[in-house]
Amino acid sequence: MSMAESAFSACPACVALPATELLAESRRLAADAGIVLSVPTASGAAAISAIENALSALPGVSSARVNLTLRRVSVRARPDILPDHLIAVLAAIGYPALELDVVMLSSTASEKRGHDLLMRLGVAGFSMMNIMLLSVAVWSGAEDATRDLFHWISAMIALPTLAFAGQPFFVSAIASLKARRLGMDVPISLALILASSISLFETFMGGEHAYFDAAVSLCFFLLAGRYLDYRSRAAARSAAEELAALEVPRAILLRDGQELLVPLAEISAGDLVLVRPGARMPVDGIVTLGNSELDRSLLTGETLPAPALPGSIVSAGEVNLTGPLTVQVTSAGKESSLHRMADLVAVAESAKNRYMSLADRMARRYSPAVHVLALSSFIGWMIHSGGDVRLAVNVAAAVLIITCPCALALAVPSVITAASGKLFRLGLLIKNGTALERLAEVDTVVFDKTGTLTLGALEPANLEAFSEADLALVAALAEGSSHPLSRALASALRLRDLAPAHVEDIRESAGYGVEGLWNGMRVRLGRASWVGATAAAQTATFLQVGAAPARALTFTDRLRPGAAGLVKTLKAAGLKVALLSGDAEAPVAALARDLGIADWRSEMLPAEKAAHIGALTGQGARVLMVGDGLNDTVALASAHVSISPASALDAARVASDIVLLGQDIAPIADARRIAVQARRRIKQNFALSLAYNLVAVPVALIGLATPLIAALAMSTSSLTVTLNALRLK
Amino acid sequence: MEMLAILIPVSLFLGGLGLLGFLWTLRNRQYDDPDGDGHRVLRKDWDDRPKP
Repeated sequence: MSMAESAFSACPACVALPATELLAESRRLAADAGIVLSVPTASGAAAISAIENALSALPGVSSARVNLTLRRVSVRARPDILPDHLIAVLAAIGYPALELDVVMLSSTASEKRGHDLLMRLGVAGFSMMNIMLLSVAVWSGAEDATRDLFHWISAMIALPTLAFAGQPFFVSAIASLKARRLGMDVPISLALILASSISLFETFMGGEHAYFDAAVSLCFFLLAGRYLDYRSRAAARSAAEELAALEVPRAILLRDGQELLVPLAEISAGDLVLVRPGARMPVDGIVTLGNSELDRSLLTGETLPAPALPGSIVSAGEVNLTGPLTVQVTSAGKESSLHRMADLVAVAESAKNRYMSLADRMARRYSPAVHVLALSSFIGWMIHSGGDVRLAVNVAAAVLIITCPCALALAVPSVITAASGKLFRLGLLIKNGTALERLAEVDTVVFDKTGTLTLGALEPANLEAFSEADLALVAALAEGSSHPLSRALASALRLRDLAPAHVEDIRESAGYGVEGLWNGMRVRLGRASWVGATAAAQTATFLQVGAAPARALTFTDRLRPGAAGLVKTLKAAGLKVALLSGDAEAPVAALARDLGIADWRSEMLPAEKAAHIGALTGQGARVLMVGDGLNDTVALASAHVSISPASALDAARVASDIVLLGQDIAPIADARRIAVQARRRIKQNFALSLAYNLVAVPVALIGLATPLIAALAMSTSSLTVTLNALRLK
Repeated sequence: MEMLAILIPVSLFLGGLGLLGFLWTLRNRQYDDPDGDGHRVLRKDWDDRPKP
C-alpha cells in the first residue's frame, strides 16, 4: 500500500518537504550521485566494456561504472551533460537505457540493514567454524579436563556471538510478544537463550553435553534465511523504486516569456506550461495556444489520435503528437486525473494485501506446536524422572533446538531468491514478495490490447491500394513531418526502395497535415476534415492530389513480439485467455481473430474492466491481468496478480506486481512456468523439513538427542532445502 | 596434550584473521555487484597493457 502511495506522489519525500527545500535537497544529492541509468539489457563482460568505454569516451564524463547485478550504470559527469545525451549514446551501441531519479534511489537505510545482516551472518559463520572444530574433538571422545576446557572455550566464543548475531531475532521476538502474538522468532529466541544458558550451566557442572555448537549454527542458518529474505524483499522494493524513478517528473514552465525546466512539484494551478511535440502532458489543463493532436492510448486504449485546439481540455498522461501546445494548468501533481486513479487502486490493493503467503500460513500452524511440544516434554520428563529439573530442561532444550524452524526459515527465501534471479535474467522485475506464489495459482489470463498485446506503434495497412506514383508522393510528404503516422509511412516506404517524388514547398500545418506543390498541383497528406473527406473508423490519414477526392491510408497497430506465441502457450497450458480493450470494436475484433482469442470485449471503461475481473474472481477464477494503460490500472490492482510492460504509464506499473522490462512479451509464459515450479519447490521444502522433524523429534523426546544429532539434523536439513531450491530451472 | 596450549590459540587466531578478512570485504563493498565483478575479470580490455 505504501508502495502505491509513494509512487503516486511522484516521490515520497515531496509529501514531507516543501518544494523549495526538496529542490535544494535533490540538487545536492544529484551533485553527489551523478546520473544513474537503468540498462535492462546489459549482460556479460562485453556489456561492461562496451558501456563503460562508450560513456567514458564522451567529453565531460569523468567516470562510468556498470553494476551488472542491478543492471544500472552510474555516471559522474560535468553538470552540463544531460542524461538524454548519454541515453542516445547507449542506444547507438545497442543498449536502450532509461533515466533513474537519483533522489529516489538514495536508499541508504535499507542498504545498511543488508550490510548489518551480512556482518552478523559472517560473525556467526566464523564462530560456528571454530566451535565446530572444538566440538568434533568432544564428539570423538575428549574427556574430563580436556572436554571442560573445550566447553569453556566454546562458551567464550558462543556467548558474545549469540548476543551480537542473535539480535535481529531477539528484537523481533520482543516486538511480537508486545503485540501478544507468537511469531516464528519467539521459539527461535527461546531456543537460542535456553540452549546457551543450559550449556553454560552444564559447563559449570562439568557435564557431558553442551549445545554451544547447535545454538551458534542455528543462529547462522536462520540468519542465512533472513538475509536471503531481505535480498528478495530489497530487490522487490528497489524494483518498485526504480519504476517510480523511471518517469522523472519535470515540466517546462512559461514565466515572463521564459522557458524554465522545473520539477512537477513546483507547478501550481494557473501556471502556463509548454508541452513540446512528442512529450507527455505533465498536468491537467486547458489548451491556450497551439494546434496539435493527442495520443490518448495510455489513458483510454483508443488508437485514434484526438485533435487539440485552444480551449480543449487535456489530461496528464496524454502524449502531444504534432505541434507545441501551451497549456494553462487546472490541476497538477496529486490533484491531476492521473493521481485521482490512486484512490480506486488503493481500494483494490487492500483486498490483495489480505493474501497470506505459504510461509505465513505455515508459521501460524507451526509456531504453537513447537512450544506445546517442548513444554510437554519438560513436564513429561519431570514426572518420569521424579523431579530431575536438570534432565527435564536438557530434553526440552534439545526438543526446541531440533524443532526450531531452521530449514523452514530457509524453505521459502531460498526458492524465492532463486526464482526471482531467474526471472530477472528473463527481464521480469518482481515487485511483490508473494507475486510468484499468486502467479502460480492463476487459471485465467486477461490481456489489454493497445500497448500490451500490440506495441502501440502504428504501421500502414493498405499501401497496396495505391499506385507507385501516389506512394512516391506520400513518401515525399511524409518525410517532411514528424507526426507518428508520417514517420510510420516514411519508414515503411523507405523499405520499398521508392524514390520520393519531387514535391516543392512542403509545409506542415500542426494538427492538420502536410502539404506541398507537385507539378503545379497542390498535394495534401493529413486528417480527414482538412482534405474534405469523411473520417474512417480506423486510424487513417488521407492523401489528396489536386482537386481529386482524398483517399484513406489506413494503419494497424503492430503486434508485440512474442504475443502470438504467448497466447498459444497459455492456451496449451490449459489457461483461459480473454481480451478487454478500451478501443473500438473493429480493431479489437481483428486482433482477437489473429491471435485466436475467443473471449473479447471492446470499448470497456476502466471501471468496467475492473468489474469484469471482479466477476471472474467471483466465479472462482484466479485472474492474471496484463495491461499498460491508465484504464487498466484499477483492473491490474484488483486482479489476483498483474503484469505490466515497462513502457506502461507509471500508475499502471505501480499497480502491477511484476514488470516486463523488454519489448518481447513471451517471458510471461516462462514466468508462469517458473512460478508453478517455485511453488512446488516451496512445498517440497516444507515436506522435507517436516520429515526431518518427524525423525529427529521422537529421538529428542525420549531423551536420546546429543549435540551431535542436533548439529547433524540441523545442517543436513538446511542444506537439502537450499539445494532443492537451486534445482529450479 | 601440551600441544593444545599452542594449537588452540593458533586456530582461534586464524579464525579471527578470516573474520577480519570478511569484515574488510564487507566494508570494501565487495558484495554490491557480485554478477558484475564475476564478469569484469573476464574482460579483455586490459589484457595487453595494465589499466592506467
